[in-house]
Amino acid sequence: MKSAVITFPGSNCDRDMDVALKKFGFKNKMVWHQDVELPKSDLIVLPGGFSYGDYLRCGSMASKSKIMQSVINFANSGGMIMGICNGFQILVETGLVPGVLLRNKYLEFICKNVFVKINDKNNDYFKNINSNVLELHIAHNEGNYFCTNDQLKEIEDNEQIAINYCNQNGQVEDSFNPNGSIKNIAGIFNKEKNVLGMMPHPERMIDTSLSGEDGSLFLKNLINNLK
Amino acid sequence: MKISVIITLKKDVLDPQGKVIHQALDGMGFDDVNEVRQGKYFEIDTKETNPKKAKDKVEEMCKKLLANLVIENYKIIDAN
Repeated sequence: MKSAVITFPGSNCDRDMDVALKKFGFKNKMVWHQDVELPKSDLIVLPGGFSYGDYLRCGSMASKSKIMQSVINFANSGGMIMGICNGFQILVETGLVPGVLLRNKYLEFICKNVFVKINDKNNDYFKNINSNVLELHIAHNEGNYFCTNDQLKEIEDNEQIAINYCNQNGQVEDSFNPNGSIKNIAGIFNKEKNVLGMMPHPERMIDTSLSGEDGSLFLKNLINNLK
Repeated sequence: MKISVIITLKKDVLDPQGKVIHQALDGMGFDDVNEVRQGKYFEIDTKETNPKKAKDKVEEMCKKLLANLVIENYKIIDAN
């Protein structure tokens, strides 16, 4: 399976993602934001970081990068695109997934482990995964998912909510919501479910000696689904 | 020609920064403030000399980049 990670100026999780993808068998290529064409890939990852210094709005400048037209075309032709953290912010700015990510409710940068409940396994990202709850890491200042009431209705009707913040037993409640996101939303799909944006970082949970293993679970399952 | 743009958050979007600024003002003794909403202001200097055309271009900029219309409104202030 082939993957590509796009590096924008200010991306800082691109190499972690490269290491993680290779660990689970992806042949990964790094792509610079000023490139025009994507290498042939089964998965494109928009990594975390602070692209363009978060100027204007997080992800807004990166969403207008040269490479993004190819990314949008790839998405529209059914290609798998995963945006993590700042990558999620870039996805909402391109309009590939609905909504926006506002500043965290209590105005603090949040860096901690959280639990997320897998809300939908009817897609290539979570199909067959042997767990309903994952422990992953978040590190963000703007992860407060917001959308209009009309958008929320559409998202719910189409079952586009991918993961919700929860406790370790999978209970989704206000008290387990770290950043004020509507409905505890931590990740969301496009309508066709080939594009996934999420705030948690699976690439930070691939080594038991450093953190946890739930990122391994997710990425191993993902490559198996793509085979 | 210079054109100014003001971007504000839509009414039903939470503005935690505005809230904190309001609280700070309150603490400083400005206790008659009802609400504070924080926004952005841009000054765009364009080569276009026709005010109508310049305004239309800036409107396009607002829609495509300067504002995120899910949460923000924009207001273009007339060319000087």
